[in-house]
Amino acid sequence: MSAPAAHAPVTTARSGGSAPEPRSGRRKPNVSFRHRVSAWDRRYSPYLYISPFFILFAVVGLFPLIYTAWVATHDWDLIMGQGEFIGTENFMAVLGERAFWISLRNTLSIFILSSAPQVVFAILIAYLLDYNLRAKTFWRMGVLIPYVVTPVAVALIFSNLFGDRFGLVNSILETVGIDAIGWHSGTLPSHLAIATMVNFRWTGYNALIFLAAMQAVPRDLYEAAELDGAGKVRQFISVTIPNLRPTIIFVIITSTIGGLQIFDEPRMFDQYGRGGTDGQWQTMTMYLYELGWTRSDFGQASAVAVLLFLLIVAIGLVNFIITRRISSSEVKR
Amino acid sequence: MSALEEKPLPIIPRTGPATAPNHDDDPFGRTGSGSGRGSRAGGRRRSPGRSRGPGRGPGWLIYGCLAAVILGGMFPLWWSILIGSHDSTILSRDSFPLIPGGNFFSNAAAVIDTVPFWRATMNSVIVSTVTAVSVVFFSTLAGYAFAKLRFKGAVPLLVFVIATMAIPTQLGVVPLYQVMARLGWTGELQAVIVPGLVTAFGVFWMTQYLRQAIPDELIEAATVDGCSMIRTFWHVAMPAAKPAAAMLFLFTFVLNWTNFFWPFIVLGPQNPTLPVALQQLQAAHFVDYSLVLAGATMATVPLLILFIFTGRQLVSGIMQGAVKQ
Repeated sequence: MSAPAAHAPVTTARSGGSAPEPRSGRRKPNVSFRHRVSAWDRRYSPYLYISPFFILFAVVGLFPLIYTAWVATHDWDLIMGQGEFIGTENFMAVLGERAFWISLRNTLSIFILSSAPQVVFAILIAYLLDYNLRAKTFWRMGVLIPYVVTPVAVALIFSNLFGDRFGLVNSILETVGIDAIGWHSGTLPSHLAIATMVNFRWTGYNALIFLAAMQAVPRDLYEAAELDGAGKVRQFISVTIPNLRPTIIFVIITSTIGGLQIFDEPRMFDQYGRGGTDGQWQTMTMYLYELGWTRSDFGQASAVAVLLFLLIVAIGLVNFIITRRISSSEVKR
Repeated sequence: MSALEEKPLPIIPRTGPATAPNHDDDPFGRTGSGSGRGSRAGGRRRSPGRSRGPGRGPGWLIYGCLAAVILGGMFPLWWSILIGSHDSTILSRDSFPLIPGGNFFSNAAAVIDTVPFWRATMNSVIVSTVTAVSVVFFSTLAGYAFAKLRFKGAVPLLVFVIATMAIPTQLGVVPLYQVMARLGWTGELQAVIVPGLVTAFGVFWMTQYLRQAIPDELIEAATVDGCSMIRTFWHVAMPAAKPAAAMLFLFTFVLNWTNFFWPFIVLGPQNPTLPVALQQLQAAHFVDYSLVLAGATMATVPLLILFIFTGRQLVSGIMQGAVKQ
């Protein structure tokens, strides 16, 4: 299937496909049948080829998503199944719970703490990788290592490093003369610890995306800047960053969709998985899980899913509008 | 090659050698290919570090910074090995260990006793391999149709595929679970495998690649020769898709190996994947950190070994696609 394969298929195609041609030419009805088959083949095969994705997406993607709205407006019981239509009652119940608002706060807080530093560090690492390095692939692979570690393992390791009593981070802080921090009891500290796990896993990955974008920046832009007397730092700020803008927006948008659904890292931050004694680090997806699979209330769990969906759409729209603003103001300049 | 020789004119002038399915080429049309080997070829590549003149590499400071970044990224893994190879009292001692202890195998044995570790490993291998093979096959098939075949509605359908990538389908988890429960699939591997059989990302990825990897004339030639559509796909598209298919395989494999949320919900404690087994381990032995981290190490090592051999492809895949899953 490697290099020689490029030649082989055509030969096979010829011997297989064209040999019967003259024979069928003698038998007339066969020709028209063959023609019809091949016309159907050409007409409908493309739809057949793309159908697996659409069928699967309809069944395991679109249908569950739409049906979530149905579930959210009905009374549910894990044993009895679907109950009667209750309108917005599930939403009201969820919105009336303090835990929902705390989970919303936690989700947004962890998201901001993980996405902003991640983009900054990824760009800096990409800048280093963009130098004319020896053994390029080695360095690029090196920054990607954390990506292959499963988030559950990452969470186990970091919840140990951030241990309240015997953790390495607190020991280092104490040696430097800073009081130990309650990573598992405080709100902001726990968010920082969880954001660190996300950053650990994704910064190198994003650095490679930024590196690809940096290498696409036209060379003469740097030459022009150098002629204008711009130093390295100035070139980075005035040439590299503006050219990376579409990539930055792309990375932020994709991390929004995933980041707001964060579950693995906070779920594994302690052994109870409920987001701390007072829900200090319970995210919206964790709250959804608790409602659906601990409290067995699929209706309220679906209501949270719908609300989280709206939140993701809303933040996506904000991203989109900001992007449009930036690009239109750039045209004006 | 006789099929090509019959109509050589439209092939060579229009497409040129650049569109031939060449492994070292960059069919995604990006200038920043990840393969370190080929990066010196071609005048279009550049990097700002070279502005000081060709042949002069960066100083030791740059290497030092990068080495620090990589060591920082490896430290948590090293820590996991370190703690996982001592006993549970190690963390409460006065000083932290600097070298691994001799307890790793007894910890590993305890891990295997506590959770169905081998079963979880087998399950992870099965789930990741089956989904990766299936995603590659169906994505290549669909990508080939979108990239190279003409049919009504192709453009809006492709736009639809791309749009679905922005939809957080994970939020449909409640009805999906209900469906699986109705089918009696809860606790069974197919509940994890089936939803992952083909992905929008995969279809988009292969469409992008195949658009430039196969000359249209090659397909035309095969059609003129009387090849059926599926034969043309099998003998023309599949071989040409190989480099992108390998990357897609790796991404899908890693994605499914590291996936936790859905397997955690739908698989029970009897039949877990590795991340689910790690969760059970944590729930059972939270205080015994050396045991938990031995488990974390055991779950990570297989992918690290895979990474040593295939990391190069992952790197160039990320840089060529520049698409986050």
